[in-house]
Amino acid sequence: MRMLWRRLTSMRTAVVLLFLLALASVPGSLLPQRPLNPSKVDAYVASHGWWGHLLDKLGAYDVFGSFWFSAVYLLLFVSLIGCLIPRIAVYARALRSKPIKAPRHLGRLAEHADFVSAGTPAELASKVSGMLRPRWRTAIRDEGNGTVAVSAEKGYSREAGNLIFHVSLLAALILVALGKLFSYQGSIVTVEGTGFCNRPISYDTFHAGRMVDTGRLANLCLDRLNSFSASYRSDGSPSQFKADVTYTTGLTSAPKHDVITVNHPLRTNGDRVYLINHGFAPTVTVTRPGQQPVSDTEAFLPEDTFFTSEGAFSFPGPDANPGHDLGLSGVFAPNAMINGGIVSSMNPQPDNPVLALLAYTGTLNPSGQPQSVYSLNQQAIASGALKKVAGKNLAVGQSMTLPDGTVIRYDGYKQWASLQVSHDPTQAFLLAAAVLMVLGLLGSLAVRRRRLWLRITPDAEGAAGERSLVAVGGLARSDTGNFSAEFVAVVQRLQSSLGPPGVVAGEPVGAGRD
Amino acid sequence: MAINTGLASLSEGLWTAATGTYLLAMVAYTGEYAFGRTGRIAATLPAPASVREPAREPALVGAGGPPVAPPANPYGAGVVSSSRGGADSGQRWGRWAVALTILGLALHLACVAIRGIAVDRAPWGNMYEFTLVVGLVATLAWLITLWRMPQLRYLGLFVMLPVLVVMFLAGTLYTKASKLVPALQSYWLAIHVSSVAVAEGILLTSAALTMMYLVRIRYEKGSLRRFTTLGSRLPAAASLDKAAYRAVAFAFPIYTAGVIFGAIWAEAAWGRYWGWDPKETWAFIAWVIYAMYLHARATAGWRGGRAAYVNLLGFGAMTFNFFVVNLVISGLHSYAGLN
Repeated sequence: MRMLWRRLTSMRTAVVLLFLLALASVPGSLLPQRPLNPSKVDAYVASHGWWGHLLDKLGAYDVFGSFWFSAVYLLLFVSLIGCLIPRIAVYARALRSKPIKAPRHLGRLAEHADFVSAGTPAELASKVSGMLRPRWRTAIRDEGNGTVAVSAEKGYSREAGNLIFHVSLLAALILVALGKLFSYQGSIVTVEGTGFCNRPISYDTFHAGRMVDTGRLANLCLDRLNSFSASYRSDGSPSQFKADVTYTTGLTSAPKHDVITVNHPLRTNGDRVYLINHGFAPTVTVTRPGQQPVSDTEAFLPEDTFFTSEGAFSFPGPDANPGHDLGLSGVFAPNAMINGGIVSSMNPQPDNPVLALLAYTGTLNPSGQPQSVYSLNQQAIASGALKKVAGKNLAVGQSMTLPDGTVIRYDGYKQWASLQVSHDPTQAFLLAAAVLMVLGLLGSLAVRRRRLWLRITPDAEGAAGERSLVAVGGLARSDTGNFSAEFVAVVQRLQSSLGPPGVVAGEPVGAGRD
Repeated sequence: MAINTGLASLSEGLWTAATGTYLLAMVAYTGEYAFGRTGRIAATLPAPASVREPAREPALVGAGGPPVAPPANPYGAGVVSSSRGGADSGQRWGRWAVALTILGLALHLACVAIRGIAVDRAPWGNMYEFTLVVGLVATLAWLITLWRMPQLRYLGLFVMLPVLVVMFLAGTLYTKASKLVPALQSYWLAIHVSSVAVAEGILLTSAALTMMYLVRIRYEKGSLRRFTTLGSRLPAAASLDKAAYRAVAFAFPIYTAGVIFGAIWAEAAWGRYWGWDPKETWAFIAWVIYAMYLHARATAGWRGGRAAYVNLLGFGAMTFNFFVVNLVISGLHSYAGLN
């Protein structure tokens, strides 16, 4: 058991797990993913037979929610915790303890130098220690026979940075998981002049984490989409999308006004409202013989980049008799080009908005099942429950008359904006964790750990107590870099501040390297 | 504001001028490499010995301290001879090469800056522009390296070659000067894309150093096949490995920050900070692989050759993310501007 734990928390395991994590992510980008595009997944499964189904069973269409992906990152998580806890303990001890004793033979270190200075060993030692602080932590030890050793170490913040990075990474992962539980997201197609409130049933699609109390979402009503505007450049590329909205954030608060653009969501207290998509919503007025006219505006879904859009209108029969429903299936083109009777758009700008309508009468929804608002029930058309009675391309203001005398007028269009309300209480904390991660990384990759020792002995040859021999040794504990040069610089600094250099004994400074 | 077509075509002319100048610089570097004395003396030294010897030198003081990298001559054997080399014809070629690189960089910089002025935005809004910026960062990184370690000049050929490839690549990815779609109209474009471009430029350098390392280490192990003899004039394997590591250590926090900037921008533009869009997925994969590299370098059994392959794998993921994800896989980051 202990063996297993030791193996799991070893660096080697971490390396392998990181590799597995990278490898496991690859199918997530190469195969269609259900959370991103469910219809693409269905098409892929359908066209790949047993192989497609097998991949489905293995969770390959939801890689980042699959058991094997979770297994890899959970193992990594455990391995990381198992590695971090002892390291934090070791670091805490290292912070409290003194730099370690000088090795017996400084001359055997890769970097070493000797010089002679005026002063007793004790004096020199305290001078050196004062000089090296605050960047170095120092300790002075009396080694007997008048010899004094100074141990100095710096670069403690390298390990601190390393620990901060890994702890923040853990925190970030936990926050992402919490975010999944406590966040929600709803989106809705809103036509100019209408609005909605932040309740699950208002939305076209709504996803909430398990811990969200859907009965008590934040108080937010987007009372009215006052206008939506899209501007284009001369080459037809979009230059700006703007949704002008009025909203309230509490039952008693006054309505406020804001303009939502693509990179500038509306941020209220805890919620964000994004402009996700847009399109056109044509308006028709239906006048049945002997009845009051009825108007309806329906959002049409864009089918191409020039906003050739498709949609439908449903007018239930005026009486309880189910056979008298009227259904209109339409194609809207903001800048129409009519080719062989087929309408398509050649530009997203509404310079020539044409509505092509096919009128059906009969029963709109024979099965009573919920059905798309963007198209008529295809089964009803196939079964003959809905019969096509007329079809015409209409310019604004034009009408068509059905055989039963019903008049359908195309009044014009409005625009719609698809708005998404998002709520994630963990985001701000996650950002803080991310910032700490980067700071920790900087510390752990830029700071270098160095050790330095000085052994100062009274000079036997000179007048006792007035001169001392100073032996210096250095060691790079991480990221050697250009340590030789660093060492030479430190020794020169020490030598020049310790007073008259005197006669250099042994090798000259900096040539200590064999 | 409309696009200034005059400035846009000036920028295109500057691309041609910069690429041509780099080409001349490469010719000059080749001249230095061919006629220079640098590295030739090194080639005659028994290379394996020069590296193995110092590796045993340092005493491991401080119990539990990590093994200390050999304090070999940081720039390999080449340095020794370069300080001895007089003003031979290689030197003259080399000086010309550096002058041409500086001129090329100035033209390159003007090309990017004028493009930015012409379109009135950060000049890295599509693949063409981004590639130009990566090339700019790589050349700048090389000149900074030269300024700090002039003795490396004889390796310029190996730097100019990838830079030229990048310049020609930019040419094939060429996109007419245009304004950006609303999703890209954000100051985060300047922050996110530039940080990623800088990180990628440095990681490109690291990958190049790693390839040199892999050639050199085979040479040092005594392999004398045609390809590995190229290693005779490269710096010592230990120095190449260290340089490749330091490049990653420098680029990794920048890349991490770049990905985080991307997440902050995605939160504002798309309503979520992370959504496993193909670009995001591959950014994650590359990040994990470079994290693996940093860990591998501190793990017995992975240090050296294996870690070097991890480095190349990371760069492979990065490159895949740029080309395949932009051009083949559709996602939210489809801003290549090529249709």
